Amino acid sequence: MTTSRHATAAEPERRRPRPWGDPLFRGLAAAAAGLFLLLTAAVFLELVRGSELSLAKFGPSFLWREAWNPVTGDFGALSSIAGTLISTLIAMALAVPLSLVIALFLVELAPPAVAKPVGAAIELLAAVPSIIYGMWGLFVFAPFMADHVQPFLSARLGFLPLFQGPPMGIGMLTAGIILALMILPFITSVMRDVLKMVPPVVKEAGYGMGSTVWEVARKVTVRYGARGMAGACLLGLGRAVGETMAVTFVIGNNHRLGASLFDAGNTIASALANEFAEAADPLYLSALVELGLVLFLITFAIQGLTHVWIRRLERSAGRGF
Amino acid sequence: MRRRPSRGRKAADTAVRAVASLAALLGIGVLALILAEVARRGAPALDGAFFTALPGPPGVEGGGLANAILGTLALTAAATAVGVPLGLLAGVYLSEFGRDTRLGAAVRFCVNVLMGLPSILVGLFVWTVLVVPFRSFSGYAGAVALALIMLPVVARTTEDMLALVPHALREGALAVGAPRWRSTLIAFKAARGGLITGVLLAVARVSGETAPLLFTALNSPFWPRSMSEPVANLTVTVFQYAMSPYADWQAKAWGASLLIMAAVLTTSLLARTFARERTR
Repeated sequence: MTTSRHATAAEPERRRPRPWGDPLFRGLAAAAAGLFLLLTAAVFLELVRGSELSLAKFGPSFLWREAWNPVTGDFGALSSIAGTLISTLIAMALAVPLSLVIALFLVELAPPAVAKPVGAAIELLAAVPSIIYGMWGLFVFAPFMADHVQPFLSARLGFLPLFQGPPMGIGMLTAGIILALMILPFITSVMRDVLKMVPPVVKEAGYGMGSTVWEVARKVTVRYGARGMAGACLLGLGRAVGETMAVTFVIGNNHRLGASLFDAGNTIASALANEFAEAADPLYLSALVELGLVLFLITFAIQGLTHVWIRRLERSAGRGF
Repeated sequence: MRRRPSRGRKAADTAVRAVASLAALLGIGVLALILAEVARRGAPALDGAFFTALPGPPGVEGGGLANAILGTLALTAAATAVGVPLGLLAGVYLSEFGRDTRLGAAVRFCVNVLMGLPSILVGLFVWTVLVVPFRSFSGYAGAVALALIMLPVVARTTEDMLALVPHALREGALAVGAPRWRSTLIAFKAARGGLITGVLLAVARVSGETAPLLFTALNSPFWPRSMSEPVANLTVTVFQYAMSPYADWQAKAWGASLLIMAAVLTTSLLARTFARERTR
C-alpha cells in the first residue's frame, strides 16, 4: 500500500532535469539486494561443488559412517554430526532454563535500579567474541572440570556410562557447558525483550486478582510470551550449532564416537577449524567441505523454521496469543 | 478480599523468587568471572613491546604482536569499506523499494539465512572462491569473508531503522519535487543514530571473528605488507598461541584476548550511546 502511494507521488519528478538519478539509485539498491540472493545460492553451490569428490566416493553413507582416516582416505561424518548435536543439546538444556529465569528476574523481580544496568551488561556480554570463551574454557574451566566437576560426577553418577572415563577436563561435556555460557547472554537478552513486550495491563489484571509474583510470571507473562521465547531459543540454537571457536578449544578433536560425555569428540565446525588448513589431499579436503555442506543444511533448516515461526508470530501479533 | 494468598502460595512465591534471584546471580556471576579472568591474565602481557614489536621465534621469550594488531585493523577496515556501503544499499532496497514485493521477501529470507550462517562456513565459501583459484591465502580473502558477515547485519539494521522514519518525511520531500534518492537521503539523516549503531555493532562483531579468517587471511609472523599475502591478525594468533606449548605465547594469547575483548566491548558501548541518541 505504502509503496504504491510512493510510486504515484514519485511520478512527476521524472520530468526533472536529471532523469537518470532515480533509475540509477533504484538499480544500485536492487543490485545490492540481488547480491544476497546470489550469495546464498553461491554458498550452497560452492559447497556442493567442493564436496563432489567425497559425494561421488561415499554417497549418502557419508552421513552415517564413523570412519575418519586421512591416511587411507576413508571418511564419514557420523562422529561430527553426533558431536554437533550432542554439544548443542547440552548447551540448550543448560542455557534455555537459565536464560528464562534470568529474563524473568530482570523483568519481574529485580528493582529497576538493578534490572537496567544488569540488562545492559547482558546485552554487552552477548557481543563478547567466542574466542574469549574458548580461551577461558581451555585454561580455566577445563582444569576446573578435571579437578572438581568430573570426579564428582563419576563418583555420584558413575554407574551411568555417560559419566565414566578419565577426567581429562576437555571433552563433550565441557564443550557443551562453554557453549551454554556463550549463548546464555544472547538468549537472555532476546527473552528479556520478549517479556518486556507483555502489556502491563495483562499482568496487572493478574495482580488485581490477588496473584503472587510467581503466579503472574508463570501463568501470564510466560504464556503470553511463549512463542516469542521459542523464537529466542531457535535463534540461540542457530548460533550454537555452528559455533566454532568456543567449542574447538575444549572438545579435544577426536573422531571416535564415545559413550561418555567425558570423551573427547568433535563437531562439524571444530573439525573444519582444526583440520582444514592442514589438509592437502583432495579427497580429505572434499570430505571436510562436505561436512560444511551438512552444517549448512542443518543451519538452513533451523533458519527456515525460525523464519516461518517469526512470520506466524508477526501475523498473530495484536491478537494476544 | 475473602481469599488472600494462602501460606502455601506465599511460600512457593518466596521460594521461586529466591531461586530465580540466585540463578540470575549465578549466570551473571560466571560471565563476570570470565571477563575478570581475561583481564587478570591478559593485563601483564600488555607491555610496550606487545604494541610495537614483531613476534619472536617459537619458544623465545619477548617480542610483541604489533603486526597482528595492524593486520586486524586493516582487515576490519577493508571489510567495513566493502560491507557497509553494500549493506546500506540493500537495506535501502528492502525498506524503500521492495517492501511488499516478491523480490523483497526473497532477499529478506536470504538476509536471514546469511545472518544465521556459521562464520566458519563463510570462511569455507571464501576459501573455495578466492583462495583456491588464486592458489594463495590472502588478506583480500580475509577481508571479503569479514565483509560477508557484516553485510546481512548492516542490511537488516538499515531496513529496520529506515522503517522507523515516518513516511510523511519522505512524502514531504517528494512533494516539493525532490527525486527519490534525495528523499531517501533525508530518511537517512533522520535515522542516523540507529544506522551508526548498526554499523558499529557489525564492526564489533567482525573484529572478534576468528573462524572466517582461519583459511582465508590465515596468519603471518611478519608485518602486513600486501593484502594479496596472508595477513597477521589477532584472533587467529590467539588460537595458534593458545594451542602452542610455550608459556610466553600463551601469555601473549591472553594479552591479545584482553585487547580483542576491550575493543569489542568499547565499540558496543559506543554503539549503545548512539542508539540512545536516536530514541531521544
